[in-house]
Amino acid sequence: MQELSLNVLDIVQNSIRAGASLITISIQERTADHFMEISISDNGCGMSEEQVASVMDPFFTTRTTRKVGLGVPLFRMSAEGTGGTFSIRSKLGEGTTTTATYVTNHLDMLPLGDMNATMISLISVNPQLDFVYHHQVDDREFQLDTRELRAVLEDVPLSTPDVLLFIKEMIAENTAQLYGKS
Amino acid sequence: MKSLEELKAIRDKMKGSVILREENGDNIRVVVGMATCGIAAGARPVLAAFTEEVAKRHLTNVTVTQTGCIGICQYEPVVEVFEANGTKTTYIKMTPDKVARIVTDHLVNGNAVKEYTIGNL
Repeated sequence: MQELSLNVLDIVQNSIRAGASLITISIQERTADHFMEISISDNGCGMSEEQVASVMDPFFTTRTTRKVGLGVPLFRMSAEGTGGTFSIRSKLGEGTTTTATYVTNHLDMLPLGDMNATMISLISVNPQLDFVYHHQVDDREFQLDTRELRAVLEDVPLSTPDVLLFIKEMIAENTAQLYGKS
Repeated sequence: MKSLEELKAIRDKMKGSVILREENGDNIRVVVGMATCGIAAGARPVLAAFTEEVAKRHLTNVTVTQTGCIGICQYEPVVEVFEANGTKTTYIKMTPDKVARIVTDHLVNGNAVKEYTIGNL
């Protein structure tokens, strides 16, 4: 993957296949500490301890455990390669939280990339699911919750082009503010 | 700054057109492979290009959606087009710049763009 936002897009596919109805994507950056954490948590079917262990191993994957493969190992590598950490907490019937932390000034740190494009892709093809996107940079934060948008939209789908454009602009404006660009 | 008031205005504008989409039976489904292989190969901008192009042309009978890995990872990004008559067309090694032509020739005019399909290997 060329940027971490693509890893996020990929890991969220696991949540979708686990039957999640709510997926929370949270990014926390502490610039002075050269720290970034990405966490993806869902209320899907969850995994047993054995399944969690096997998803970490790219070569253990079989067709029957189709929700795994290279996605998790690639995400793990992206974090551990910078001296960061990686963990999966999961409970059958409750859901899964995947967390990666990064040392952002490491040579092998990938750019976070276009999280806006990732969120728009996810919402546009999964308008029936709810997403919370939370992004914090030092003491500034922004949160998008599709449940709040849905309450306003009533029966107009989130995937309506005008709505997607609205969300895209909303994320762009708020992200610029997080980085102090406006 | 975007406000929920603005979203309300969009909702009120869209209410009429939602019904239009539901009544349109002649549906085409554009399915983009979004597994690890597809994403790594560049599926995200391809998906975005389809969503934008379909919206720009107001093709209310077209649904752009996603699927997992269909097993031909070496040809990703892969896009499948399913028409109402049961026809399936598989486009391989997709890029955003191929999208406009597929939308015009195939989705609007019903002629698959053969040179982008898997049959053209």
